[in-house]
Amino acid sequence: MDSGLLRVVRLGVRSLLLHRLRSALTTLGVLFGTSSVIAMLAIGEGASEEAQEQIRLLGSQNVILRSVKPPDDPNQGNQRMRVVVYGLTNDDLLRIQETFPAVKEIVPLKEVSQEVRYLDRVLTPRVIAAPPDYQRTTGRMLLSGRFLSESDERQIASVAVVGYEVARHLFPLEDPLGKNVRVGGDYFTVVGVLAPRVRQSSDRGRPGADTTSEVFVPFETARKRFGDLSVRMRAGSQDIEQIELHEIILAVDSPENVEFVASASREMLGRFHEQQDYEVVVPLELLAQAAETKRIFNIVLGSIAGISLLVGGIGIMNVMLATVTERTREIGIRRALGAKRRHIVTQFLVETVVLSVGGGAMGVVLGLFIPMVVERYADMRTVVTPLAPTLAFSISALTGVVFGLYPAWRAARMDPVEALRHE
Amino acid sequence: MLDGVSRVYNMGGQSLRALDRFSFEFRRGEYWSIMGSSGSGKSTLLNILGCIDRPTEGRYLVRGEDTGRLDDDALSELRSRHLGFIFQSYNLIAQLDVLENITVPLLYQDDPPKDGWERAKHLAERVGLGSRLHHRPRELSGGQQQRVAIARALINDPAMILADEATGNLDSKTAEEILALFDELHGEGKTIVIVTHEPDVGERAQHLLRLKDGCIEEVRHQR
Repeated sequence: MDSGLLRVVRLGVRSLLLHRLRSALTTLGVLFGTSSVIAMLAIGEGASEEAQEQIRLLGSQNVILRSVKPPDDPNQGNQRMRVVVYGLTNDDLLRIQETFPAVKEIVPLKEVSQEVRYLDRVLTPRVIAAPPDYQRTTGRMLLSGRFLSESDERQIASVAVVGYEVARHLFPLEDPLGKNVRVGGDYFTVVGVLAPRVRQSSDRGRPGADTTSEVFVPFETARKRFGDLSVRMRAGSQDIEQIELHEIILAVDSPENVEFVASASREMLGRFHEQQDYEVVVPLELLAQAAETKRIFNIVLGSIAGISLLVGGIGIMNVMLATVTERTREIGIRRALGAKRRHIVTQFLVETVVLSVGGGAMGVVLGLFIPMVVERYADMRTVVTPLAPTLAFSISALTGVVFGLYPAWRAARMDPVEALRHE
Repeated sequence: MLDGVSRVYNMGGQSLRALDRFSFEFRRGEYWSIMGSSGSGKSTLLNILGCIDRPTEGRYLVRGEDTGRLDDDALSELRSRHLGFIFQSYNLIAQLDVLENITVPLLYQDDPPKDGWERAKHLAERVGLGSRLHHRPRELSGGQQQRVAIARALINDPAMILADEATGNLDSKTAEEILALFDELHGEGKTIVIVTHEPDVGERAQHLLRLKDGCIEEVRHQR
């Protein structure tokens, strides 16, 4: 004769199957609780990983100075044509080169606003004038060919390295290496193709905006061909912007010095710039911010998860209390036939746990499925860590125990005589 | 053995004495029927005999042991080992089949016997349900259900079988079959106490105990 737990579980399942719909609906509460926890954790983890990756691409030991358009000065307004001069200057570059010993490399970048054509295909990627150091400083990888070299700079060569997306759109069938693309009015020979970065949601289908849609040309060549000043017409307005340098990347020799370089460059730029036409981006700080954001996100998630499982648990408790009342007579019979209080507690607790564990297990399946759907249709990266399903499942099981205790205790406390008389 | 047992119920501030200093002894192998009008205390007596209720005063001894000293668990163990219950409305458990229903009391023993299933099968055959071992209660007639209940009451080889209006829901032919089964059990030396309000059922027992207002009105030795 086995009176083991297995038998109790089997009988519990059978009791639950007497009310299939009720059991199924009760399970749903836990199911959705569990699956939403897993799905949210996966989406959160994905977003956080993506953010960190983007930051890391900037180079964690780099400090990036960027030109930004200052807020409009109302006194200068109302002119149909005006030239807005702002941003980092070559003087800034020189001062930095002279001042900071901890900076290993200084990479100035300049954007050229030009169309890029090959045959009848046209793109408007970011055309960036970059020195050869750029690749090393940012760790960009090449798919084929080579990056810009020192000799390109010296010879003011008309060569270009194109980003993965650019290569894909301009040369869908042919090998881009050695082909001539037209940038603005000049022809450049493609010498290299950059490898795509790990897919990021922002890359999708927008070749003009994403990070792999770039064309790199030698710094000196750009200076020569497109002028010392970057002039561009802004769509929708007639402003002409004049920016000497778009970006200066400072590669710092060690992580400890990053903060110092960042604050020093802030101070220096502040002294020479009358208006706030620059920003200092410190990937290391961004990483810390991202970690903080993730922490807050996790707390929010935890609360939501807790609440949803609480709701599920209350649902289970409600149903179990109804079940106990409904089965008062059965309890009376069992007690009369010799069931001890703990037998009754075990019986109902097992039923509750079967409900919640069943819901939890299905929730895990659904919870693993949702991120796949999200990834597929919402263009978001999701990451399911092994911790998430484990955590969600154990919490759901625990919910069953916690919310099953009271109904089970109520059942066990019944007076057998009263219970037997119950209809 | 009951020694000066009283059972007082408190109902809305009023106390109701269902049993009043009741002393009696049911001996091994005896077949008793308890009769009396409703409210005479016969159900209360049966509940106390069955250890699902406790006396308010007095002592109830089973096999020489004072049940007043036993805690809830020990009392439950006593029920599962030494008592067999048969109810008017059969009280089988709906989600269990015939064999499983018969074995329920064994589940709750601290040290269940190994041969439970064989015993249950044997008893089911004995009460004439050998071909319906895996039917659910609702697939059986009233008489068949009561046979399952009797088999269940016998599974633990009890010291005393307690039947509460066991034939109350059955037609006379089926009732007769059940009573014949009781006679048979009595013949094997089982102690049986049945509560009934049907005179012809009461008169089949070896002894008859008539209650009135919680006290003994009549004791008749019939056979």
